[in-house]
Amino acid sequence: MSLKKRETTDRLLKVVFKATGLITIGLLGGIFFMLLYNSMAFFVRIDPIDFFTGSQWNPSAQGGYSIFPLLVSTALVAVGSMVIAIPLGILTAAYLSEFAPKKLQSWLKPAIEMLAAIPSVAIGFLGIVLVGPGIASLMGLQNGLNALNGSLLLAVMALPTIITISEDAIKGVPQTYREASLGLGANRWETLFQVTLPAALPGLIAAVMLGLGRALGETMTVLMATGNASALPHGFLDSIRTITATIAIEMGEVPYQTTHYFALFAIATVLFLITLVVNLLGEYFASRLRKFHS
Amino acid sequence: MEDIKLSAHALNLWFGNKQVLKNIDIEFAKNQVTSLIGPSGCGKSTLLRSFNRMHDLSPEARIEGKLMLGEMDLYDPANSVTQTRKRIGMVFQRPNPLPKTIYENMAYALKLHQFPKAEIPGMIQSALEESFLWEEVKDELDKPAVKLSGGQQQRLCIARTVVLRPEVILMDEPCSALDPISTEKIEELILKLKEHYTFVIVTHNMQQAQRISDKVAFMYLGEVVEFEKTDAIFQNPVHELTANYVRGYFG
Repeated sequence: MSLKKRETTDRLLKVVFKATGLITIGLLGGIFFMLLYNSMAFFVRIDPIDFFTGSQWNPSAQGGYSIFPLLVSTALVAVGSMVIAIPLGILTAAYLSEFAPKKLQSWLKPAIEMLAAIPSVAIGFLGIVLVGPGIASLMGLQNGLNALNGSLLLAVMALPTIITISEDAIKGVPQTYREASLGLGANRWETLFQVTLPAALPGLIAAVMLGLGRALGETMTVLMATGNASALPHGFLDSIRTITATIAIEMGEVPYQTTHYFALFAIATVLFLITLVVNLLGEYFASRLRKFHS
Repeated sequence: MEDIKLSAHALNLWFGNKQVLKNIDIEFAKNQVTSLIGPSGCGKSTLLRSFNRMHDLSPEARIEGKLMLGEMDLYDPANSVTQTRKRIGMVFQRPNPLPKTIYENMAYALKLHQFPKAEIPGMIQSALEESFLWEEVKDELDKPAVKLSGGQQQRLCIARTVVLRPEVILMDEPCSALDPISTEKIEELILKLKEHYTFVIVTHNMQQAQRISDKVAFMYLGEVVEFEKTDAIFQNPVHELTANYVRGYFG
């Protein structure tokens, strides 16, 4: 009797666990299908070539359905924030795990994690009242709400993710690698840059990808602090409007099932595909590097 | 009179409050293989690692006394630790190839120490030949080193040390993670290389100590109890502790 019971539980749990796993895939597929379905409705009305190559996002005017300025805006803040956050994050992580005295570690780590707890709206607020005006007066601009402002803020937001995951990756490098390198007469810096960091690379890539995902997907901060201009930007000192900010601003006001409504799904699909590719690339590089580890 | 290559004088070492090495005086002769034996925790690895300053990494380690390579004081602040480690190579208990290719593993230290680029491939080949590894790996130098078998990896680690032409090679139980055939190859290698290098080897394997070493030091609780020619240690140990240990009564 009890044996039968145990076998039933076993079978039941198998089903439960399978179901929980499938839910994630189902959700992912469902979201993607919804985006794609609504985008189709858009591309029936607007030529995809115009969508990607035009230079205007201005739905209230005729034909102003080009994702290009939004895409450039998103790329500017994503690249800008990563240029700041990747070196800063990885070096901080390396310092934390390899060089920092225990005492410093014990208060620096919680402080960094606290940074992640700051709501994005608060960071956006800081961008409006502090960082933006600072950039404006430093660069002699009329208005500091631009891509540079957004990059700086997004870098701050991506840092905790990058630092925490990089630090785990660096800590996870076997001590024997460091001993091998030091034993051959390398100093601590040579060991860090030529052995420890390369060995941690799969984890570092994962850290960067998650940080980049954060920067690509962040909405509130960039909406508040980058000037909200959907014109094609020409550099970091121009005001911009990212894909995320555009969806957030316009979705609430757009009439249901109009071209404009479907257009927002189309740009959301593009964003989804970008983050998907970023993640797949990260996974690909991470798995290529893993073969060097036993 | 033997030519002394490596020596410790009045060496004391603490980890925090715990004294791990007690007043050690020992001299290792040039071109000889010396084995350090003794039960776990007796301090033999600690002694070995103090010669190439591996304890620099642990902030809680404190060292007193003198460690000499020839006439050079190893802990003299004027001497660079990286140069010391180049002259005193180390092979670890578990094979620890770097997560790079076989060739990069060999070239890593040569590049660090700025050997002329043109000479590097030749140096690598001859070190691999001396380590009996060249024939096995010459066609796959750009493969990840971890793809080699455990014994090959350890011979690569030895070759990687040999390529720098050190004066002393320290080995910390180099065969404990290997099968008997790989072990035999490594022992053969040590006996051949001792023509050019001075070896200090920590081992738990009594037969190995007898097969490869000229002299044996028996350590117990942080002290060198007995340091004699191999035959003397195994046939006529003076101390009762040594006798009991080499006969396998404890350890």
